[in-house]
Amino acid sequence: MDFHLSDTIGLPSAGEAYAGSAMTYLDHAATTPMLPVALAAMTEQLARVGNASSLHASGREARRVAEESRERLAAALGARPSEVLFTGGGTEGDNLAVKGLYWARRTADQGRRRIVASPAEHHAVLDSVEWLEKHEGAEVTWLRVEPTGRVTADALAEALGDGRDVALATVMWANNEIGAVSDLTALAALAHEVGVPLHTDAVQAIGQLPLDFAASGLDALTMTGHKVGGPMGAGALLLRRDAECTPLLHGGGQERDVRSGTLDVAAIVGLAAATQATVADRAERTARVAALRDRLVAGVVAEVPDAQLNGPPLGDVVAGGPGRLPGNAHLSFPGAEGDALLMLLDARGIECSTGSACSAGVARPSHVLLAAGADPARARSSLRFSLGHTSTDADVDALLEVIGPVVERARRAGTGRH
Amino acid sequence: MRLIAAMSGGVDSAVAAALAVEAGHDVTGVHLALSPDRQTLRSGARGCCSVEDSHDARRVADSLDIPFYVWDLADRFREDVIDDFVAEYAAGRTPNPCLRCNEKIKFSAVLDRARALGFDAVVTGHHARLADGELRRSVDPAKDQSYVLGVLTAEQLAGAVFPLGSMTKDRVRELAAERGYAVATKPDSHDICFISDGDTRGFLARRLGEQPGPVVDAATGQTVGTHAGAHGFTIGQRRGLGVTAGDQRPRYVLGIEPVSRTVTIGTADQAEVDEVHTGAPTWTGPVPDLPFRAQVQLRAHAVPVACEVSLAEDGGLCLVLGERQRGIAPGQSAVLYAPDAERGDLVLGQSTVLGARERPEPVLS
Repeated sequence: MDFHLSDTIGLPSAGEAYAGSAMTYLDHAATTPMLPVALAAMTEQLARVGNASSLHASGREARRVAEESRERLAAALGARPSEVLFTGGGTEGDNLAVKGLYWARRTADQGRRRIVASPAEHHAVLDSVEWLEKHEGAEVTWLRVEPTGRVTADALAEALGDGRDVALATVMWANNEIGAVSDLTALAALAHEVGVPLHTDAVQAIGQLPLDFAASGLDALTMTGHKVGGPMGAGALLLRRDAECTPLLHGGGQERDVRSGTLDVAAIVGLAAATQATVADRAERTARVAALRDRLVAGVVAEVPDAQLNGPPLGDVVAGGPGRLPGNAHLSFPGAEGDALLMLLDARGIECSTGSACSAGVARPSHVLLAAGADPARARSSLRFSLGHTSTDADVDALLEVIGPVVERARRAGTGRH
Repeated sequence: MRLIAAMSGGVDSAVAAALAVEAGHDVTGVHLALSPDRQTLRSGARGCCSVEDSHDARRVADSLDIPFYVWDLADRFREDVIDDFVAEYAAGRTPNPCLRCNEKIKFSAVLDRARALGFDAVVTGHHARLADGELRRSVDPAKDQSYVLGVLTAEQLAGAVFPLGSMTKDRVRELAAERGYAVATKPDSHDICFISDGDTRGFLARRLGEQPGPVVDAATGQTVGTHAGAHGFTIGQRRGLGVTAGDQRPRYVLGIEPVSRTVTIGTADQAEVDEVHTGAPTWTGPVPDLPFRAQVQLRAHAVPVACEVSLAEDGGLCLVLGERQRGIAPGQSAVLYAPDAERGDLVLGQSTVLGARERPEPVLS
């Protein structure tokens, strides 16, 4: 029978509404549709045989694709190819950086057991830090977070002290919930003054903000594919050549002996293609997305006048770039529960997020807002709308059409608390 | 109708949701998170509050292609069900937490929220028939749950849908298997969902601490022992009294007096009563003309007995039983039924037991 891949998976062109979805997708920070260029590169590679560690022709071909991908990714992010370690995604990158740097530094100097971290981190960092505290003798100093969600140089300096007992510091580049951007270049310089390596979770920053690994001076940076239009389950840890990192996974010695495991060449080629493309069109795309986002926020506030924007102001600037993720709109709706809002919007074809839920699916007040000093009621009444490369004016219109009645309805259901 | 399907992760609520979807309703699945400290995996056959149960519910909802959310009602559940349960035992009464959960959580907190969010009713996997506002026993007598629903008012029943009342549990499992649900063979849950190890006495002892008091034998008037806490006893209890009576006849708990912590025991004769005094009743439908004859069920799974229901002076009810009964404890619910072999016994209403006694001998005229 005739088999056309494109028939089955419906390869979309850029800007085309996503196949089969009648929904208004405002959850790009959770995952964003794959870029056609990544999908094409990946599907082509999937049809080929070859283990990049094999010595024969098929192996060599796979290795060539993997290494070309490494070079493309490195070039897009201002890193050297040898600094790119392919991982299984953001959670793995964060775990590897936090645990690996901690173990390596503690091994070199038993006195270095302190970890300096932001309480507004993603759980992949938070839970790694807390695990080290519980099981590996780490002490944790939690950083002061600005009401915007940002970590300042002052706060980092205060927490580091003379740095002599510090194993590592970790501060995310851009917050996944409220979009706050910190000046990682300044923070890295400060950490290095006291001899402390700095890791950043840049999962949300890639393709959204100007970013150059070498220029930042960072020691380690986590990124993942599916936030940039690449595949899920593929990411990279950028690790400076002089950074010692103890592996989590032992085995075949791939990836500088820091991350063993057969390379997923198809995922890697998709990851690299997406990263290259998203970095290449960043300026023009994020200008368009930020304008949509500004219209969304203004429109929501016009419909619901007491809605509150969480995180940095829309036009905020940090280190000469955006101080807030261009696609991020995070709002609280006093008197309504985030999960009721989400459910009502979902029923009307609008997909967004309440931030975090526990493994059982119970909505929790955002730990990020709590870390930024918001009261639990405000944290519980919040929703995140995140725009991305396929977002259109029609998406914003669809939300603005229903948000007023939805908030009114959710308020009638109350907060369920007394 | 727009329905909220309360999905515990068990087979009953899965099939109830499926039948609601197949009947053409607009259904949204909701799993109630009731336990503050959820276990990752289910252990034993109790409860529905592990993460695994929530995943089982979501799996069914996904296969039905309906939205699914987890509603966190742990605070309400703790206040209205768990704290109430402990307080009732502390006061010497014997509560039914399942009934309280239906009254305060499923058909109050959940139904109110559902209605506020624009839904018409809550569909659950309870084994009871509900049609035209009439609540009746399930066709499966072994699985009938009308007793723990007897507390619902007409207004609450108007917001309830019970699709399983006209089928046996075996049929429910068949329907689940036909639809390919992994929960088709999931064991029935039983006992109290928030006491995961099944040790109610231990749970109460942890909550209430040791509260020793005397055990008094009503047959002799003598104190025959001490106990570690009156909450470890329920009226009518025979086993585990920790005392042996001199006359070798079995003893039963007759009364629990919470202030002096006195547990009174007595013989089978003394334990039997035929008149029950209850609090203010709730009715599932129109308020019946009193007095009337009915059947009363005094515990979950108890055999119903005939009774005559009349209004007591304090606004409660007086139930004169057709047969003497043991083990009627304050705090339990007396659910009144109008027997109907054909359509299922009709639930009339319920009232909480305040006390019970043996009727004075009728004075012969």
